[in-house]
Amino acid sequence: MSELEDLMKVFGESGGDKSILGIHDIAHLVASGHKILSMRAVEGIEVKAEETATGIDANIRILEGIILKHPVHICFGVLHKKGIQEIKMNVQLEKDSSAEFIAHCIFPKAEKVRHIMDAVVEIGENSKMKYSEIHYHGISGGIEVIPKAVVKVGKNGRYLTDFSLTTGRVGKLGIDYTVEVGENAVTELIVRVFGHGNDEIKIQEKVVLKGENSKGLIKTRVAIEDKSQAEITGITEGNAKGARGHVDCLEIIKDGAVGKAIPIVSVSHPLAKVTHEAAIGSVDKKQLETLMAHRLTPEEAVDIIVRGILK
Amino acid sequence: MALLKIKNITYRVPEKEIFSNLSLVVEKEEVHAILGKNGTGKSTLAYLIMGCEGYVPDSGKILFEGKVINGLKLHERAQLGITLAWQEPVRFEGISVRDFLILKNKEADPSPYLEMVGLLPELYLGRIMDKTLSGGERKRIELASIVALQPKFAILDEPDSGIDMLSIQDILNVIATLKKNGASVLLITHREEIAKIADRASQICNGKIVCTGAPDNVAEYYKTRKCEICSSEECVYV
Repeated sequence: MSELEDLMKVFGESGGDKSILGIHDIAHLVASGHKILSMRAVEGIEVKAEETATGIDANIRILEGIILKHPVHICFGVLHKKGIQEIKMNVQLEKDSSAEFIAHCIFPKAEKVRHIMDAVVEIGENSKMKYSEIHYHGISGGIEVIPKAVVKVGKNGRYLTDFSLTTGRVGKLGIDYTVEVGENAVTELIVRVFGHGNDEIKIQEKVVLKGENSKGLIKTRVAIEDKSQAEITGITEGNAKGARGHVDCLEIIKDGAVGKAIPIVSVSHPLAKVTHEAAIGSVDKKQLETLMAHRLTPEEAVDIIVRGILK
Repeated sequence: MALLKIKNITYRVPEKEIFSNLSLVVEKEEVHAILGKNGTGKSTLAYLIMGCEGYVPDSGKILFEGKVINGLKLHERAQLGITLAWQEPVRFEGISVRDFLILKNKEADPSPYLEMVGLLPELYLGRIMDKTLSGGERKRIELASIVALQPKFAILDEPDSGIDMLSIQDILNVIATLKKNGASVLLITHREEIAKIADRASQICNGKIVCTGAPDNVAEYYKTRKCEICSSEECVYV
């Protein structure tokens, strides 16, 4: 079986649609370690990718006025027990364009693997980008995932992102996102993570509401059990008239896990408003009792509540 | 024949006695209304029967189908067929209305239960039980889920709260369906028009059941507050 077949097999098992590689009007980029295994661009999108000693450098450009009908599929992974994958990605959406990206990050056997993502994203005026990243990890926990992104959203732009790591062990996770939001632009950052064993989760997301009437939401949902730890920092700055921001963090703690939430909100314009809510603790007692009154055992009830918040 | 028997339960919280030798019997397939002003312990009675955390009688017994259930945990009581619809249903992130209605029976069709409470399945089944639903909508969905459970004994804690006047008939349908399906219902309510569906009613005052009988009579008693404990036409406890 080729490396591409191996990777796509796990990609399929992790919920990805393997058939997309054969569909000619769907763009994709598939890389294992520092090898590009498959790549396709479609009309209106330029994809340039090259292999480096430790990873991939990729430049993706959506041309002006292009509305991509189908999501761009990205699959990055390391199938071996040991390895490093450093991805440098520049994404540019030119004016009046729209694109959705679905990224699967696959590390099923990782015992000593580092996956580093360093992304720079620029979203032009009236453009919209949606980016979903779904991680599929194995059970050993020997993986370090360090995704970093610096995003600029232009006037009337939209940037929505959804990061999910709820399958397998997290290992060490260090998310660092910064989004600068322009006039009338909107951003929404969602992160969902389920930590087990001795996983270490560190998430820092920062939204700078720079333009008038810009809007931002940081929503983080984390469940941790065993001896795992999570520290979540959500920062929102409201620096312009009419800017509205909200930080919403929920952590469910089980067993000997330790959670910490640090919402930081700051406002430098009198007509801006930023709010925050953070809740850390065990499963809500009334939710638990409601489900148990529906004949679920305590274990079944906790499982449903945790899966619900990570959905 | 009694399905639920409460025998002389006393329940105290710091500096206050909520129930003092309270006794109550709910027969099989009976709808039994509980009336009482705010703060008389109606919801507390519901939590004691259901076995919610922290609600354990200081003395007295709760019997279900002839067996003492004081020592059973909430989920164990639920597995016997007891259930509770809360006065203020909780929100759930990420749990759809469909999943909530068929938590234990994934093969069941949840649509008829929603229709019973006046909600269109095509509009609601895919929705999430979170803050995007109003309190009244969650209330109806919870009542629908109680019918779907097919319990032996359902405690409905103010099923009409948060429900508009025009939809009271939906609540009455839920109670009638539970009874038709063979369940007993403990119906906690303030509204006489809801209590009237009951076979019997009891009034709680000052930690005791002070009156049990036909719903009309108990409602009249409730309105005039001729409470024996207070020995006064105007109850000093309200």
